[in-house]
Amino acid sequence: MSNIIDRRLNGKNKSAVNRERFLRRFKAQIKEAVGKAIKGRSITDIDSGESVSIPVKDISEPNFHHGRGGRNDQVHPGNEEFIRGDRINRPQGGGAGGGGGKASNEGEGEDDFAFQLSREEFMNVFFEDLALPNLIKTQLMGIEEMKSVRAGYTNDGTPANISIVRSLRSALARRVAMGAPTLRQLREAEEDLDTLLESDADSGPEVRERRKRIHALREKVNRIPFIDPYDLRYNNRVKQPKPTSQAVMFCIMDVSGSMDESKKDMAKRFFILLYLFLQRNYEKIEVVFIRHHTSAVEVSEEDFFHSRESGGTVVSSALNLMHDIVQKRYANRDWNIYAAQASDGDNWDSDSANCGRIMQESLLPWCQYFAYIEITQGEPQNLWYEYLKVAEHYKHFAMQKIGSPADIYPVFRELFKRQPATR
Amino acid sequence: MKPISTGSEWTFDLIERYDAAIREIAHGEFHLDTYPVQLEIITAEQMMDAYSSVGMPVNYQHWSFGKHFVQTEKGYKRGQMGLAYEIVINSNPCIAYLMEENTMTMQALVIAHAAYGHNSFFKGNYLFRTWTDASAIIDYLVFAKQYISRCEERYGIDAVEELLDSCHALMNYGVDRYKRPQKLSLAEEQARQVERENYLQLQVNDLWRTIPRREKDGASRAAPRFPSEPQENILYFIEKSAPLLEPWQREIVRIVRKVAQYFYPQRQTQVMNEGWATFWHYTLMNRLYDKEMLTDGAMMEFLQSHTNVVYQPPVTARWYNGINPYALGFSMYQDIKRICEAPTDEDREWFPDIAGTPWRPVLEFAMKNFKDESFISQYLSPKLIRDFRFFAIRDDDRDDKLEVSAIHDEQGYQAIRAKLSEQYNLGSREPNIQVWSVNVRGDRGLTLRHTRHNRKPLDEASAQEVLKHVARLWGFGVKLESVDSDGTVQQRFDCHPEVAAASL
Repeated sequence: MSNIIDRRLNGKNKSAVNRERFLRRFKAQIKEAVGKAIKGRSITDIDSGESVSIPVKDISEPNFHHGRGGRNDQVHPGNEEFIRGDRINRPQGGGAGGGGGKASNEGEGEDDFAFQLSREEFMNVFFEDLALPNLIKTQLMGIEEMKSVRAGYTNDGTPANISIVRSLRSALARRVAMGAPTLRQLREAEEDLDTLLESDADSGPEVRERRKRIHALREKVNRIPFIDPYDLRYNNRVKQPKPTSQAVMFCIMDVSGSMDESKKDMAKRFFILLYLFLQRNYEKIEVVFIRHHTSAVEVSEEDFFHSRESGGTVVSSALNLMHDIVQKRYANRDWNIYAAQASDGDNWDSDSANCGRIMQESLLPWCQYFAYIEITQGEPQNLWYEYLKVAEHYKHFAMQKIGSPADIYPVFRELFKRQPATR
Repeated sequence: MKPISTGSEWTFDLIERYDAAIREIAHGEFHLDTYPVQLEIITAEQMMDAYSSVGMPVNYQHWSFGKHFVQTEKGYKRGQMGLAYEIVINSNPCIAYLMEENTMTMQALVIAHAAYGHNSFFKGNYLFRTWTDASAIIDYLVFAKQYISRCEERYGIDAVEELLDSCHALMNYGVDRYKRPQKLSLAEEQARQVERENYLQLQVNDLWRTIPRREKDGASRAAPRFPSEPQENILYFIEKSAPLLEPWQREIVRIVRKVAQYFYPQRQTQVMNEGWATFWHYTLMNRLYDKEMLTDGAMMEFLQSHTNVVYQPPVTARWYNGINPYALGFSMYQDIKRICEAPTDEDREWFPDIAGTPWRPVLEFAMKNFKDESFISQYLSPKLIRDFRFFAIRDDDRDDKLEVSAIHDEQGYQAIRAKLSEQYNLGSREPNIQVWSVNVRGDRGLTLRHTRHNRKPLDEASAQEVLKHVARLWGFGVKLESVDSDGTVQQRFDCHPEVAAASL
């Protein structure tokens, strides 16, 4: 007798560990691919897998084998025209025809080894540089949170969910329904007995018989159970995605000549992180891109990251524009307003005080959170000091000087910390 | 008889009935000797998992299996390749996987092919009998997996991964080719245990003694050669003699070596093994049909996939990719059967001792006592050479043209047979590389020697890469010489462990 075993329900991801080992080993290449992908993608589209390819040479496992040369004898099937002693020209390119079979096995597949990173894997690599605490990572990657809400009543459920009022109500209804015919008969019988008693006092056996019947009917009514499993009603709850509201995110970036590609790349990561945070908390997010040098304009994402400008810098122009847009489009209280500003710290001297004032008077009262990063290696300039003063008074204003992607997270620390309270 | 089933859906009940019917024929009519059978139903994903850990139900963890998995998954998802419809494990009981997507007919085919064909080959063939222990392999792999993951915890994933990489590079050189293994006995197992415990004593092996020897007996004697004879099993040599390896590292080298040894018979019996399984699924399914237990439709479905399996594209076809082992093996067993049952004069001349005798014992003998190389040189008949239209081409680098050295004619039969047999000789397919010497008294350098066969050189790039791994394992400088038949060194490679560490 053979054993037949159904293994289909056994774990299927036996190779998950090996896959993870594989990713671990080729981390450098994968990171590079992810970095490239981040550059190429829109902020709002960061959250999906990516195809990665690795050069075959890096991934091969070497072993000893013969090179070309020496004497090889090879037997092939399907002879059509050859006879013994025929001499044939060597086929050009690759030894597949008559050469060593080995060579043709190893020779093919010079293409890169390409494979697909899942969304989780992609996000993991993305988060790696940012030095996010684990809790935050799970929050950002987390699947949509569900909330259980009442949805009427059902006929089955756990005892803990029994709705007493509903159950008793339906028990009552059942008792009424089931008892109705008997009660009617009972009433008739009683009327019958009454008339009998009034008309003739001496009909003893008949009266006794009627009484017996009435008694039986009463018994019958009493036998209807007070409550029956059939009556039970349970509170029904269904999972619903957590109700979320809408948010608008302002990305403000200095695009003057001093912001080079690597600084913009850093800024992009900063914006992405804020976007990811918002995505987990709000159903609908609008993103507004404002770039500025001496004057500010609202642009598309493409222009935001990829066009270069030169000239001086007036930060207040961007803040003013943001204020205008807020007033025009997002002034009602339905919108949660978040803003992220990236700059290398340059500003007209006289403008910085201006910025501080606009910030305090017309922006921060509207914003949920305003994060500012200064991407620079040098000494902070006057805008920084001006913002420092602002930061003293407003908890929802965060600022950070950053040199590497790992410095980005602290800007959001306050934001993520408040997380449980806002939910 | 009534057909067992008429639809294409399978159920557990039907699988059981097919299995019973097939076993009845296999054991009752044809006397196939098999291990007990365990059929396991799995999903396509699980099949991919099994695939990537070289078919074993458990295996240790390594990135290369992950790479395999990623590759398989990619191919499968894009529909570039189907999954093999069977994997069978040489264990006792013999485990055969049935994929849930298959139709009932395919399940029956796989049962006949794997659970009775391969199974009886594993139990019968001398290489498997000598080299693999079907009852212990799963347990051993469980041990290996646990041991290696413990090492990862203790010494770090990187250290273990590096070591495994290096061992894998030498995996094909971790097998005993010529030596017979000793039968394991309790006494020896205990001795091994003691050996391990006394490991520290072994460390102060005479070989690496740094205390100067007394001049009296040493001076007159020339330095002894070490190893006294060239060693074919490089991993074994490293396990036993590499000076710097820690005990756990030696154990891991041993694990890789054991796994390599376990798969060695499979690599030597591809044609025979697949041919045997194919021959039996064909024979068993035909018997089922004769007994009217298969419907015509099922038989057509079976024949369609059978003919796909045994199709041999000619050399001129664009998709020609060498000789199909299923085709060659299947035809050879069929041909042996034909020679037994209906020999021609030619057969009587070529195979006087089997022509006209009962086919079953002849086939059993052929399955049991050969490997691909000897099987072909013993049984490839002129008729088959003609049927396949075999021809041999000689590619000599001293000649500017290729030469057709033999074709399927009277003068060519012997040559074709010899050459085809040689083509399946693992010994000449893989470069013959052995441990040549160790400079015991000097820099502790290890020298490997490649003995050229037909003047074939080593592939330089890969040899250099592998040598780095050897150097990492050995811990001191490593040399590799490729030597011609007249003893002159044609290629030299060397590698120092520092270089290896920097570039691996």
